[in-house]
Amino acid sequence: MEKPLTQHIVPGRAPLSLKEYEQVGGYQSVRKILKEMAPADVQNLVKASDLRGRGGAGFNTGLKWSFVPMGPEAAKPKYLVANADEMEPGTFKDRVLLEGNPHQLIEGMIIAAYAIDASISYIFMRWAYKVAAREIIKALEEAYEAGYLGENILGSGFSLDMHLHTGVGRYMCGEETALLNALEGKRANPRAKPPFPQVSGLFGKPTIVNNVETLCCLPHIINNGAEWFKGLSKTGDAGTKLYGISGRVKTPGCWELPMGTTIRELIEEHGGGMQDGYLFKGLLPGGASTDFLVEEHLDLPMDYTAIQAAGSRMGTGTMIILDDHTCPVGFVHNLQHFFAQESCGFCTPCREGLPWVEKILLAIDRGEGKPEHLLTLDFHTKYLGPGNTFCALAPGAMEPLQSALKYFREDFERHIHEHHCPWSKAKVWQPSI
Amino acid sequence: MLTTEEKHKIDHEISLVPSPKNACIEALKIVQNSHGWVSDESLKDVADYVGMSPAELDSVATFYNLIFRRPVGRHVVLVCDSISCWVMGYEGIRDRLYEKLNIKYGQTTEDGRFTLLPNCCLGTCDRAPALMIDNDLYRDLTVEQLDEILEKYT
Ligand SMILES: Cc1cc2nc3c(=O)[nH]c(=O)nc-3n(C[C@H](O)[C@H](O)[C@H](O)COP(=O)(O)O)c2cc1C
Ligand code: SF4
Repeated sequence: MEKPLTQHIVPGRAPLSLKEYEQVGGYQSVRKILKEMAPADVQNLVKASDLRGRGGAGFNTGLKWSFVPMGPEAAKPKYLVANADEMEPGTFKDRVLLEGNPHQLIEGMIIAAYAIDASISYIFMRWAYKVAAREIIKALEEAYEAGYLGENILGSGFSLDMHLHTGVGRYMCGEETALLNALEGKRANPRAKPPFPQVSGLFGKPTIVNNVETLCCLPHIINNGAEWFKGLSKTGDAGTKLYGISGRVKTPGCWELPMGTTIRELIEEHGGGMQDGYLFKGLLPGGASTDFLVEEHLDLPMDYTAIQAAGSRMGTGTMIILDDHTCPVGFVHNLQHFFAQESCGFCTPCREGLPWVEKILLAIDRGEGKPEHLLTLDFHTKYLGPGNTFCALAPGAMEPLQSALKYFREDFERHIHEHHCPWSKAKVWQPSI
Repeated sequence: MLTTEEKHKIDHEISLVPSPKNACIEALKIVQNSHGWVSDESLKDVADYVGMSPAELDSVATFYNLIFRRPVGRHVVLVCDSISCWVMGYEGIRDRLYEKLNIKYGQTTEDGRFTLLPNCCLGTCDRAPALMIDNDLYRDLTVEQLDEILEKYT
């Protein structure tokens, strides 16, 4: 089984130095595009590979690039940004790539920058990833020294600067237009679209923001072709995927596997099954802002298409397991506390609605819930849903809530009728302070 | 007053962006690095230096979780309170810290050694529960390990 993105990552061992990376074929794709391919060829190849964005939305990467104005008339400088903010609760896959093989990301970024003719690039990384930052800084120095970055790369006439930018902590920084505001030294509020960043992004110039995992796929697509990339998958969505599991399984972790590996295989073979004494109750397939799936969904392939058809989203592909010892109301309460805290406050439904939802869940959790509270929660899932707020944070927050109300409604009702949490007291989520 | 060294570092950040304002977050980080937090006085100094009003700069500073606008202890303990850590039972860790340090979230120990804060997902969910002290990450935590971990920070 091929694992192109993680083949050189050995947990506990330092990442490959530039020299070691070159010895296993590193930076060959950069040599190849600079010698043999025009930017349009790179765009077309990536489009043909069906690579879909790994940041959560799953948009076709080549297609996304194709909206960037090209040619001598296009505004300059153009920017490429690697989104390494990774603050979606339950998500820890980009960390693996950043700490484990920083040169692979740099190589992927050179390809993406070349494809859109960008001359300045940033890695926007969350502050908490200290080891990753250290490794990236080291790798950037090596890449500059070897002439893969800077002026006139390998004598090709193409120039690219690359900088690491570490954030100061806010979930919104991961949303691509808010990220651009953060990079400009502003509050990380999202921007109105259109204009899309591809046309008017960082400092008003054409900009592409791509997820770390998306960018790390690129060297392999250039080296091995579009058909090879599609062939890595078990289903219609191309490539491999970094999947993860957290919660009460025996061996939680992150694994690169063929796209379309089933949920059951992930949990049972890779996660080692549920811990003794714990039963599976449900899961969020790809981070906090995805809808719950339950027992009946276990044989679904984890890909964009199948998970969407089941009423959820694959999101980041890192799943969080809800077990039978954990109160579903407490689980959702914890998530809504996070979303209410991280709302940027720009638009009223989200700023006012999420704390309201959080308060109701606290009341239910404490046994102070009333039957009409469930209707208020239903109401919010509708009015904070897609189209009613300025960005996708609030609709994302409603995904686990609406599906919890669907699959675990009886558990909500029991809290209300029995006037207490049927789970052990310790499992009541209590926001402190 | 900004020191010469701080000014020098801020100048470098300003040189990388179209307008000095664009470097304001970096400037706040520089000041916080030397003082541990951003006082009203520092905020005003930075605002003057990058050409913003103090109110505008404060709207940026207070937006971000890790720009501290109140004094913190010598070491900041950030306890992950997000979903995977909760499922894995992080409350035991939190309660033990409350007890041991005799403070709650948002407070600093009397000797100025530790400030305790909750933090959202640290991105290490397969090894929950987790916390960070300054730049160090601790994972697969048990309550028993806490004494030894805290002793490393004086
Ligand atoms: C609230 C919010 C937070 C987000 N956080 C991240 C993140 O941390 N990392 C990421 O890659 N994408 C994140 N996204 C998605 C980005 O907006 C964007 O779609 C993505 O970076 C595009 O990259 P891709 O096309 O390669 O997937 C977030 C979106 C929203 C609405
Ligand atoms: S939906 Fe929430 S996070 Fe998004 S712009 Fe509105 S207030 Fe901000």
